Amino acid sequence: MGEEVKLFRSWSSPFALRIVWALEIKGIEYEAVFEDLSNKSPLLLQYNPVHKKIPILVHNGRPIVESFVILEYIDETWKQAPLLPEDPYERAMARFWAKFCEDKVLISIWSAFIKQGKEQEEAMVAATENLKFLEKEMKGKKFFGGERIGYVDLTLGWLANLGSIFEEIVGLKIVDEEKFPLLYSWMQDFAEAPIIRDNWPPRDKMIVKFQALLDAAIASSSSSSSSSK
Amino acid sequence: MAEQKVKLLGFWVSPFVYRVIWALKLKGIDYEYIEEDIFNKSPLLLQLNPIHKKVPVLIHGDRVICESYVIVQYIDETWPHCPLLPQHPYERAMARFWADFAETKLLITASIALCARGEVQERAVKQAMEAVEKIEGVVKGKKLFGGESIGYLDICLGWMSYWLPVWEEVGGMQIIDPIKFPATSSWMNTLLHHPVIGDNLPARDAMIEYFQKRSKDISESDWFEGIIRLHLQP
Repeated sequence: MGEEVKLFRSWSSPFALRIVWALEIKGIEYEAVFEDLSNKSPLLLQYNPVHKKIPILVHNGRPIVESFVILEYIDETWKQAPLLPEDPYERAMARFWAKFCEDKVLISIWSAFIKQGKEQEEAMVAATENLKFLEKEMKGKKFFGGERIGYVDLTLGWLANLGSIFEEIVGLKIVDEEKFPLLYSWMQDFAEAPIIRDNWPPRDKMIVKFQALLDAAIASSSSSSSSSK
Repeated sequence: MAEQKVKLLGFWVSPFVYRVIWALKLKGIDYEYIEEDIFNKSPLLLQLNPIHKKVPVLIHGDRVICESYVIVQYIDETWPHCPLLPQHPYERAMARFWADFAETKLLITASIALCARGEVQERAVKQAMEAVEKIEGVVKGKKLFGGESIGYLDICLGWMSYWLPVWEEVGGMQIIDPIKFPATSSWMNTLLHHPVIGDNLPARDAMIEYFQKRSKDISESDWFEGIIRLHLQP
């Protein structure tokens, strides 16, 4: 059957990487279309007129956007190597934890990285609280999905690589091995899984990119505080 | 499992709780409703939802599920009769996309418009209307988002048909202009006349009183500024 699958992504977006990983895990053939987000293509704007963002999955000409929506679509369309569990309650738990990872964990860790001073301190406190909940949820499993990588792992997966990059750039220990041994171990296992390891942007390029983002954030916050004097 | 006891922890005026009520009623599922005072949270709520400390919380046997859209999908998957989500993966993706869009682009801006005044309220109303314009395109030519019967997207957006007019009245603003948004207005009307929705709504007078006080408290809070910065375009 002629299946045409395209993924609009950027070289570094962790949201698009979730989709790359999902497609690879299921062994789905696809064409990757790399976008320059500072110069979005007409095709990107046509496929995602509402948000104008990547990732965009185009399946037989029909676009699906928003990474969580795309992940569920992929799981429902290609049944091999399921990402979500079978049982409705386990599925509900996976959806709950994925949303928690996105709305709370990602936001607090990003803030701990990009903010300064008091705001950074507050973000670290929030991040630590959120990570405690995650540590408890691991419950001695190898992955959140159990023995195999699943929906929640893919959602949080950015942390397995970006976490150490953030820590290196700002000199802050976000996922302390002693405080969060299960999470720390998960990060190693996830990052070393062949599909993940083979589909991660070059570390040195990522460091340059996120250092630049941080520098820009510091510059804009200090210029706004000096202009208010 | 489906025959195990169902309980719903809710708050009388929460649109999120009503999503779950409507889903349960549409599927004819018996449940016990437990009212929670969210301004004086019970030990039960804090025990059942320690992370978010919010309602709705669904208790099914010994299972606890939080977050309204997670609960609605759980209900749909556990009691598959009268399906709420469409059958086809692409249609399901569209329903989930628009539910997320309305939550992040309309619900939040509309609630800012309820509480703010002056220039901030104007901006919020403008951005809320931009969101409604997109929703108008989706519902055009349809009786309901779910087609002939109420579906997932109708349930997720159902607050628009009843809470939004209350917020417009309390906030002294208009988002749903029936001339600009005829399909949306018609959909809102259809929903309100559906027995499951129309017979399961909080009392309007009590809602007006509640939101008058609540919007004032929110506008005077020290965290409202942060919400505006986070969710409103400049």
